[in-house]
Amino acid sequence: MIPSNLRYHQEHEWVRAEGTQATVGISHFAQDALGDIVFIDLPKVGAKVTAGQQIGEVESTKTTSTIYTPVSGTIAKINADLKDHPEVVNSDPYGKGWMAVIDLTAPAEVDQLMTAAQYETFLSKQKH
Amino acid sequence: MKQTPLIDAHRKAQGKLVDFAGWEMPIQYSGVVDEYQTVRRHAGLFDVSHMGRIRVSGPGSLAFLQRVTTNDVSTLSVQQSHYSMICAQNGGIKDDIFVYHVKPYEFLVCVNASNREKIVTWLHEKVEQAQGCKVQDQSASLAQIAIQGPASRDILAAAGIADLSTLKIRHCLDATLGDDSLLVTRTGYTGELGYELYLPAERAPKVWEQLLEAGRPLSIKPAGLGARDLLRLEMAYLLYGNDMNEETTPIEAGAEWVVKFDKGDFIGRTELLAQQAQGTARRLVAFELVEKAVPRHGFKILSAQTPHTEIGEVTSGNLSPLLQKGIGMGYVPPATARPGSSILIDIRGRACPAVVVKPPFYKKPAGTP
Repeated sequence: MIPSNLRYHQEHEWVRAEGTQATVGISHFAQDALGDIVFIDLPKVGAKVTAGQQIGEVESTKTTSTIYTPVSGTIAKINADLKDHPEVVNSDPYGKGWMAVIDLTAPAEVDQLMTAAQYETFLSKQKH
Repeated sequence: MKQTPLIDAHRKAQGKLVDFAGWEMPIQYSGVVDEYQTVRRHAGLFDVSHMGRIRVSGPGSLAFLQRVTTNDVSTLSVQQSHYSMICAQNGGIKDDIFVYHVKPYEFLVCVNASNREKIVTWLHEKVEQAQGCKVQDQSASLAQIAIQGPASRDILAAAGIADLSTLKIRHCLDATLGDDSLLVTRTGYTGELGYELYLPAERAPKVWEQLLEAGRPLSIKPAGLGARDLLRLEMAYLLYGNDMNEETTPIEAGAEWVVKFDKGDFIGRTELLAQQAQGTARRLVAFELVEKAVPRHGFKILSAQTPHTEIGEVTSGNLSPLLQKGIGMGYVPPATARPGSSILIDIRGRACPAVVVKPPFYKKPAGTP
């Protein structure tokens, strides 16, 4: 459930870097902890974001969770399908449940994020 | 954590267990929205054994309940029940309850899990001044299972538990289960056709299995507290600890309809009567958000007029799967309590427009049971 080609943030977002762009979403662990996702508030295209900043919110039947961007840059694209089908994040968090594409201003930030193996260790510590 | 007699069934069904008022209870099994839809379309099975069940009996039981509850118990025929409240002397709500007149001189009072000990103590204290009345906490010896949804009646018939075709809403009947008796009531917390079973605790696992088995062709599923909360919110049913507590009165909470001043004296009557005459500074209302966003317990309610001052607080909120809108309840001043009034909900710093509406949010299509 932790794809090896992605990088991970301690707030349970994933990043897939391709050149100067990165796609961002939330991890399987995050969607599972949230339960049924019913609404997602995404940033506006063109918004400038800094790594660690809040860029949106995920609402589930149980609670609200903040989406943080693990990388800095400009929002190039958002997943508009999530407006009517937020549940896709539950069923396919690493695929159709992607949230935003960011034009990176500091691509090196990606290398500072956790690898899949590191994230797995991180999760096992969280679950103690 | 305390466990109900159905804990093994919850584990077997892979329920996600959480601490609810000190009880290890399933918040969900298949998923909150799936369970919610199952109850609205088919039937859901809920373990509500964490709630408190108190037997009040004896020739003085009617007079006693008239004194400690706000509704008029004398209007209940045998095998009839009603929603009611237990108030403190100052009118604050100690609990919201259901009172079942199970047989002559015998009542069953169903109380919230979180209030059980408090209410048992309160009733024991008050019963000392009463004549011919006994209060027994039967929460541990009885289990409570709710079956809710349009298919619930057919499932109970298929399970051979009872023929309920003539049982009216809020009425109850005795059924038999082997050597044990079982109370079947047409009550619930979902707005759907539904029933609750009060049965000996040791019988609960078997009956739970039986109902799931008999209900399988009718798409029954176990449902958890998450679905229960969504279902009750769409009906704008109050939740103790969220929408009311000892600091709020039935008048403020919009529950005057269960306060019967004409029945004679009862605990809290003087204060509540004064409050009704003078009016209250706040009132619980139901509201819908204009744009898609999700209100939550504790969010501030702001005036729609500038400056957008804080006028109240959200007590319950979620996204309604039915309306696909943010819905909630909260306290506001009487000036903004009328349906159609505009208010703002402060959703993490964003003032989101909302409109006060007449509850419930969920209106069943005409002609459905």
